[in-house]
Amino acid sequence: MSMPFGYASPEQIMRDKADYARKGIARGRSVVVLQYEDGILFVAPNPSRALHKVSEIYDRIGFAAVGRYNEFEELRLGGIRYADINGYTYDRSDVTGRGLANLYASNLGRIFTESIKSLEVEVVVAEVGDTPEGDAIYRLTFDGSVFDEHGFAAMGGQAEAVATRLKEGYREGMPLADALEVALTALTEPGGERPPVGQLEVAVLDRNREHRKFQRLAGPRLERLLAAAPPAATPPAAGGSPLESEPGSDTPPPTGPEGDVDDGSPPL
Amino acid sequence: MASHRDLPVGLMDQLFHNTGSSSFTEFVGSRAPGLLPVRGEVLATPIGDQVPHATTIVAATFAGGVVMAGDRRATSGNIISQRDVEKVFRTDDYSCMGIAGTASTGIEMARLYRVELEHYEKLEGRTLSVNGKANRLAAMIRGNLGMAMQGLVVVPLFAAYDADRDGGRIFSYDVAGGPYERDRFDAIGSGSIFARGALKKLYRDGMSADDTVMALIQSLYDAADDDSATGGPDVTRKIWPIVSVIDADGFRRLSDDEVAGYVEQMLELRLISPDGPIAPLR
Repeated sequence: MSMPFGYASPEQIMRDKADYARKGIARGRSVVVLQYEDGILFVAPNPSRALHKVSEIYDRIGFAAVGRYNEFEELRLGGIRYADINGYTYDRSDVTGRGLANLYASNLGRIFTESIKSLEVEVVVAEVGDTPEGDAIYRLTFDGSVFDEHGFAAMGGQAEAVATRLKEGYREGMPLADALEVALTALTEPGGERPPVGQLEVAVLDRNREHRKFQRLAGPRLERLLAAAPPAATPPAAGGSPLESEPGSDTPPPTGPEGDVDDGSPPL
Repeated sequence: MASHRDLPVGLMDQLFHNTGSSSFTEFVGSRAPGLLPVRGEVLATPIGDQVPHATTIVAATFAGGVVMAGDRRATSGNIISQRDVEKVFRTDDYSCMGIAGTASTGIEMARLYRVELEHYEKLEGRTLSVNGKANRLAAMIRGNLGMAMQGLVVVPLFAAYDADRDGGRIFSYDVAGGPYERDRFDAIGSGSIFARGALKKLYRDGMSADDTVMALIQSLYDAADDDSATGGPDVTRKIWPIVSVIDADGFRRLSDDEVAGYVEQMLELRLISPDGPIAPLR
């Protein structure tokens, strides 16, 4: 049987798209999102002060992304429109992180299947609740898969290595300074140098704030927090290549066509 | 039939299209106009007298900020329709607005305006300048002119902390828009003439925030004294005026207990001198 010229099987197309997206995402630096006692902390090494990787979507909802800036910026703007329209139409309390995660999932999934090029982004939608039990962290990958993360999430280049280090340091109900320390330790390769304060983008969703919970931490405030952190008990560098040392990892890898197949059931 | 307030079909697909504008009202106006307050409707009869009206709002600047206060009464004609209505709204971290006129239209305007400011701030990553905020509100009032001509008048008072000047600023409006920047203090609503008269005698340049709050509470009392649509402090029900202070630390609404402190102090003195503080003649 002769193949039509230029034929590629759907499996091949999907695999190529997924590889392409993964490569794009892996080129960037990592971003870490984790719970602390008063809410959720976002930490992103980011040399730019104007092009944010972390931002506010709504009263209780924050957004973090890695990958191509123009692509996740579009997602961010769409998310803000979604949240503001819903909050205005119904009530401010009717805007939920879950709804936003579903919107992103359907948009990412559609682009992944319909477009020639999938988006090279990975995003986190985090929502702070009245209590730590009400907090939610959703991680979405380029193909529209949603992961309901517990406690922390890492994405971007070396996401798995970062997640491993994050898992080692993470405890429930950490004070902010400790959480920041854990995040920075996770973002720094063992023996590596930490990014200077000026190149860190740090923000929190603080449940104790009134009205809008999202707040950027920068300048003197961030320096004070970093100084308040317990002396960096540099964890003994986890030996071995982190990429191979995680056979039974809790967080499944981003699903490509060869991974878990999205069976069409609602992502959440 | 679905109410006009339901999200229109297909809107979700439009969220990711760049509209080239950071205005929430413009985006909704072009993609889902049904969500905005209906304009251009012609009412069979003016209903201005039948819907609750919000009354007196006062505001005054002090060294490093601005205070806005409002009474709690809403009236429909000669009826007091609500005793504890809230007419001073936080619009973002450094600004607030008070409404006089048709309560429902004003509340809706305040809600939309808050989203408008926040939407810009989130999309652009910067807050609007104080002038920008004041102008934006003027456009919204202008948009309501058609309804205002039919009796649904709403006129806000806008106050904001301006970081560039480290001070508060006050803007007033008329039914066709504005803004008109006011020096030192201003009042709107049915009791505003009395409140403004009182503030003229009570306002001092360089007052502290504490003294400014007291001056505003005094002026609201004077307004309630002479205007039937303005409510005085309701001692038996413990309903106090709403007082909001905006300074470099942002917007803060005083708690009921704090306001009660000021009111009690004032009432005690009014028992001796019912017309309030007496300004020196020379």
